[in-house]
Amino acid sequence: MIYLNSFLFAGVVCLICQIVLDNSKLTPGHITSGLTVIGAILSYAGIYDKIIRWCGAGATTLISNFGHTLYSAGLQGYESSGFLGILTGLLSSCGVAIVSVIVFSFIFTIVFKSKD
Amino acid sequence: MNKDEYAKLVKELSPKEPRIKNAIYAFLVGGLIGFIGEVIVNILIESFGLARVDSYAWLALIIIGISCLLTALGKFDNFVTKAKCGLIVPTTGFAHSVQSASLDYKREGFVTGIGANAFKLAGSVIVAGIISAFFLIILKVMCYG
Repeated sequence: MIYLNSFLFAGVVCLICQIVLDNSKLTPGHITSGLTVIGAILSYAGIYDKIIRWCGAGATTLISNFGHTLYSAGLQGYESSGFLGILTGLLSSCGVAIVSVIVFSFIFTIVFKSKD
Repeated sequence: MNKDEYAKLVKELSPKEPRIKNAIYAFLVGGLIGFIGEVIVNILIESFGLARVDSYAWLALIIIGISCLLTALGKFDNFVTKAKCGLIVPTTGFAHSVQSASLDYKREGFVTGIGANAFKLAGSVIVAGIISAFFLIILKVMCYG
Protein backbone atom coordinates (compact mmCIF):
# COMPACT_ATOMS: atom_id res chain seq x y z
CA MET A 1 0.00 0.00 0.00
CA ILE A 2 2.85 2.39 0.86
CA TYR A 3 4.23 1.85 -2.67
CA LEU A 4 1.01 3.13 -4.23
CA ASN A 5 0.84 6.03 -1.77
CA SER A 6 4.40 7.10 -2.53
CA PHE A 7 3.75 6.91 -6.29
CA LEU A 8 0.56 8.96 -6.00
CA PHE A 9 1.94 11.59 -3.59
CA ALA A 10 5.15 12.27 -5.55
CA GLY A 11 3.22 12.20 -8.83
CA VAL A 12 0.50 14.59 -7.70
CA VAL A 13 2.99 17.12 -6.29
CA CYS A 14 4.94 17.05 -9.58
CA LEU A 15 1.65 17.38 -11.52
CA ILE A 16 0.57 20.45 -9.53
CA CYS A 17 4.02 22.05 -9.94
CA GLN A 18 3.95 21.39 -13.70
CA ILE A 19 0.51 23.01 -14.02
CA VAL A 20 1.69 26.05 -12.02
CA LEU A 21 4.89 26.27 -14.13
CA ASP A 22 2.97 26.14 -17.42
CA ASN A 23 0.30 28.66 -16.45
CA SER A 24 2.40 31.36 -14.81
CA LYS A 25 5.61 33.29 -15.34
CA LEU A 26 7.41 31.54 -12.45
CA THR A 27 10.75 29.86 -13.17
CA PRO A 28 11.74 26.40 -11.84
CA GLY A 29 13.83 28.24 -9.22
CA HIS A 30 10.68 29.85 -7.82
CA ILE A 31 8.90 26.48 -7.75
CA THR A 32 11.63 24.64 -5.84
CA SER A 33 12.19 27.50 -3.38
CA GLY A 34 8.45 27.78 -2.78
CA LEU A 35 8.17 24.03 -2.18
CA THR A 36 10.97 24.18 0.38
CA VAL A 37 9.12 26.92 2.27
CA ILE A 38 5.88 24.92 2.04
CA GLY A 39 7.71 21.87 3.42
CA ALA A 40 8.94 23.89 6.41
CA ILE A 41 5.43 25.27 7.05
CA LEU A 42 3.86 21.77 6.85
CA SER A 43 6.51 20.54 9.26
CA TYR A 44 5.67 23.45 11.61
CA ALA A 45 2.04 22.40 11.51
CA GLY A 46 3.01 18.78 12.27
CA ILE A 47 1.60 17.49 8.97
CA TYR A 48 4.79 16.48 7.17
CA ASP A 49 5.65 13.73 9.68
CA LYS A 50 2.26 12.16 9.04
CA ILE A 51 2.73 12.41 5.27
CA ILE A 52 6.08 10.60 5.59
CA ARG A 53 4.43 7.88 7.67
CA TRP A 54 1.76 7.37 4.98
CA CYS A 55 3.76 7.91 1.80
CA GLY A 56 7.32 6.96 2.82
CA ALA A 57 9.94 7.77 0.21
CA GLY A 58 7.35 9.53 -1.97
CA ALA A 59 7.54 12.42 0.50
CA THR A 60 11.26 12.26 1.31
CA THR A 61 12.52 12.33 -2.29
CA LEU A 62 10.78 15.66 -2.98
CA ILE A 63 12.60 18.95 -2.42
CA SER A 64 9.98 19.94 0.21
CA ASN A 65 11.62 17.35 2.49
CA PHE A 66 14.57 19.77 2.66
CA GLY A 67 12.45 22.31 4.56
CA HIS A 68 11.06 19.57 6.79
CA THR A 69 14.46 18.18 7.81
CA LEU A 70 15.84 21.71 8.40
CA TYR A 71 12.92 22.55 10.66
CA SER A 72 12.85 19.30 12.63
CA ALA A 73 16.63 19.19 13.12
CA GLY A 74 16.64 22.82 14.30
CA LEU A 75 13.83 22.15 16.76
CA GLN A 76 15.69 19.13 18.11
CA GLY A 77 18.78 21.30 18.57
CA TYR A 78 16.74 23.86 20.53
CA GLU A 79 15.40 21.16 22.83
CA SER A 80 18.88 19.82 23.58
CA SER A 81 20.93 23.03 23.94
CA GLY A 82 18.82 26.19 23.75
CA PHE A 83 19.10 29.05 21.26
CA LEU A 84 22.61 28.13 20.11
CA GLY A 85 21.25 24.65 19.40
CA ILE A 86 19.03 26.08 16.66
CA LEU A 87 22.04 27.44 14.81
CA THR A 88 24.21 24.36 15.26
CA GLY A 89 21.45 21.81 14.74
CA LEU A 90 19.68 23.37 11.73
CA LEU A 91 21.93 21.78 9.12
CA SER A 92 22.73 18.56 11.00
CA SER A 93 20.47 16.20 9.04
CA CYS A 94 20.37 18.21 5.79
CA GLY A 95 24.14 17.99 5.70
CA VAL A 96 23.81 14.66 3.89
CA ALA A 97 22.26 16.33 0.86
CA ILE A 98 24.47 19.43 0.78
CA VAL A 99 27.80 17.71 1.43
CA SER A 100 27.13 14.80 -0.93
CA VAL A 101 26.02 17.10 -3.77
CA ILE A 102 29.22 19.16 -3.38
CA VAL A 103 31.48 16.08 -3.23
CA PHE A 104 29.83 14.27 -6.15
CA SER A 105 29.65 17.35 -8.38
CA PHE A 106 33.30 18.20 -7.64
CA ILE A 107 34.51 14.69 -8.50
CA PHE A 108 32.40 14.41 -11.68
CA THR A 109 33.34 17.94 -12.78
CA ILE A 110 37.02 17.04 -12.62
CA VAL A 111 36.54 13.69 -14.37
CA PHE A 112 34.09 14.66 -17.16
CA LYS A 113 34.06 17.43 -19.74
CA SER A 114 31.11 19.75 -20.42
CA LYS A 115 29.11 18.68 -23.47
CA ASP A 116 27.94 21.65 -25.51
CA MET B 1 2.49 47.27 -38.50
CA ASN B 2 1.47 48.76 -35.14
CA LYS B 3 2.16 47.39 -31.67
CA ASP B 4 -1.09 45.45 -31.22
CA GLU B 5 -0.74 43.63 -34.54
CA TYR B 6 2.85 42.79 -33.73
CA ALA B 7 1.87 41.37 -30.32
CA LYS B 8 -0.83 39.30 -31.97
CA LEU B 9 1.61 37.96 -34.55
CA VAL B 10 4.14 37.02 -31.83
CA LYS B 11 1.42 35.21 -29.90
CA GLU B 12 0.36 33.26 -32.97
CA LEU B 13 3.85 32.26 -34.01
CA SER B 14 5.34 31.39 -30.62
CA PRO B 15 5.31 27.61 -30.06
CA LYS B 16 2.48 26.35 -27.89
CA GLU B 17 3.41 24.31 -24.83
CA PRO B 18 1.71 20.92 -24.87
CA ARG B 19 0.34 21.43 -21.37
CA ILE B 20 -1.62 18.19 -20.94
CA LYS B 21 1.28 16.09 -22.22
CA ASN B 22 3.69 17.91 -19.89
CA ALA B 23 1.41 17.32 -16.93
CA ILE B 24 1.06 13.60 -17.65
CA TYR B 25 4.82 13.18 -18.09
CA ALA B 26 5.49 15.06 -14.84
CA PHE B 27 2.97 12.91 -12.96
CA LEU B 28 4.36 9.62 -14.26
CA VAL B 29 8.06 10.45 -13.88
CA GLY B 30 7.66 12.07 -10.45
CA GLY B 31 5.55 9.17 -9.23
CA LEU B 32 8.04 6.64 -10.59
CA ILE B 33 10.89 8.32 -8.66
CA GLY B 34 8.84 8.13 -5.45
CA PHE B 35 8.00 4.47 -6.14
CA ILE B 36 11.63 3.48 -6.91
CA GLY B 37 12.72 5.38 -3.79
CA GLU B 38 10.30 3.37 -1.67
CA VAL B 39 11.60 0.12 -3.20
CA ILE B 40 15.22 1.13 -2.44
CA VAL B 41 14.27 2.08 1.14
CA ASN B 42 12.65 -1.31 1.71
CA ILE B 43 15.66 -3.12 0.26
CA LEU B 44 17.97 -1.13 2.58
CA ILE B 45 15.81 -1.88 5.63
CA GLU B 46 15.43 -5.57 4.95
CA SER B 47 18.85 -6.58 3.66
CA PHE B 48 21.14 -4.14 5.52
CA GLY B 49 19.12 -3.82 8.73
CA LEU B 50 19.12 0.00 8.69
CA ALA B 51 16.64 2.12 10.65
CA ARG B 52 13.95 3.79 8.55
CA VAL B 53 15.31 7.32 9.15
CA ASP B 54 18.86 6.28 8.17
CA SER B 55 17.65 4.59 5.01
CA TYR B 56 15.98 7.86 3.89
CA ALA B 57 19.38 9.56 4.23
CA TRP B 58 21.03 6.75 2.20
CA LEU B 59 18.29 7.11 -0.41
CA ALA B 60 19.01 10.86 -0.74
CA LEU B 61 22.71 10.02 -1.19
CA ILE B 62 21.95 7.41 -3.89
CA ILE B 63 19.58 9.71 -5.81
CA ILE B 64 22.04 12.62 -5.71
CA GLY B 65 24.91 10.38 -6.84
CA ILE B 66 22.98 8.92 -9.77
CA SER B 67 21.63 12.25 -11.00
CA CYS B 68 25.06 13.93 -10.73
CA LEU B 69 26.59 11.09 -12.75
CA LEU B 70 23.88 11.21 -15.44
CA THR B 71 24.21 15.00 -15.69
CA ALA B 72 27.99 14.75 -16.06
CA LEU B 73 27.54 12.15 -18.81
CA GLY B 74 25.20 14.58 -20.63
CA LYS B 75 22.11 12.36 -20.54
CA PHE B 76 20.09 14.20 -17.92
CA ASP B 77 19.31 17.38 -19.91
CA ASN B 78 17.26 15.40 -22.43
CA PHE B 79 15.22 13.83 -19.64
CA VAL B 80 14.61 17.21 -17.97
CA THR B 81 13.35 18.85 -21.17
CA LYS B 82 10.81 16.02 -21.51
CA ALA B 83 9.72 15.35 -17.93
CA LYS B 84 10.18 18.95 -16.66
CA CYS B 85 8.72 19.14 -13.15
CA GLY B 86 8.84 15.37 -12.79
CA LEU B 87 12.60 15.68 -12.44
CA ILE B 88 12.93 19.27 -11.18
CA VAL B 89 10.76 18.84 -8.06
CA PRO B 90 12.43 15.70 -6.60
CA THR B 91 15.98 15.92 -5.19
CA THR B 92 17.27 15.06 -8.70
CA GLY B 93 16.65 18.68 -9.75
CA PHE B 94 18.77 20.00 -6.88
CA ALA B 95 21.69 17.75 -7.83
CA HIS B 96 21.24 18.49 -11.54
CA SER B 97 21.42 22.26 -11.04
CA VAL B 98 24.62 22.08 -8.97
CA GLN B 99 26.32 19.63 -11.33
CA SER B 100 25.44 21.48 -14.53
CA ALA B 101 26.46 24.87 -13.10
CA SER B 102 29.84 23.57 -12.00
CA LEU B 103 30.40 21.83 -15.36
CA ASP B 104 29.51 25.02 -17.24
CA TYR B 105 31.94 27.20 -15.29
CA LYS B 106 34.77 24.63 -15.13
CA ARG B 107 36.94 26.47 -17.64
CA GLU B 108 37.06 29.60 -15.45
CA GLY B 109 39.07 27.77 -12.81
CA PHE B 110 38.47 26.25 -9.41
CA VAL B 111 37.86 29.39 -7.35
CA THR B 112 36.17 31.87 -9.68
CA GLY B 113 34.56 29.11 -11.77
CA ILE B 114 33.40 26.07 -9.80
CA GLY B 115 33.59 27.54 -6.30
CA ALA B 116 31.76 30.74 -7.09
CA ASN B 117 29.09 29.32 -9.40
CA ALA B 118 28.25 25.82 -8.10
CA PHE B 119 25.29 27.03 -6.06
CA LYS B 120 24.14 29.65 -8.56
CA LEU B 121 20.76 27.95 -9.06
CA ALA B 122 20.47 25.71 -6.01
CA GLY B 123 21.47 28.44 -3.56
CA SER B 124 17.96 29.88 -3.54
CA VAL B 125 16.59 26.58 -2.19
CA ILE B 126 19.09 26.53 0.68
CA VAL B 127 18.52 30.19 1.55
CA ALA B 128 14.74 29.87 1.41
CA GLY B 129 14.79 26.69 3.50
CA ILE B 130 17.09 28.03 6.21
CA ILE B 131 15.28 31.39 6.48
CA SER B 132 11.83 29.81 6.71
CA ALA B 133 12.91 27.02 9.09
CA PHE B 134 14.78 29.45 11.39
CA PHE B 135 11.91 31.90 11.75
CA LEU B 136 9.32 29.13 12.13
CA ILE B 137 11.38 27.62 14.97
CA ILE B 138 11.60 31.05 16.64
CA LEU B 139 7.82 31.39 16.24
CA LYS B 140 7.20 27.92 17.67
CA VAL B 141 9.51 28.56 20.63
CA MET B 142 7.89 31.94 21.38
CA CYS B 143 4.35 30.62 21.13
CA TYR B 144 4.66 27.25 22.86
CA GLY B 145 7.79 27.70 25.01
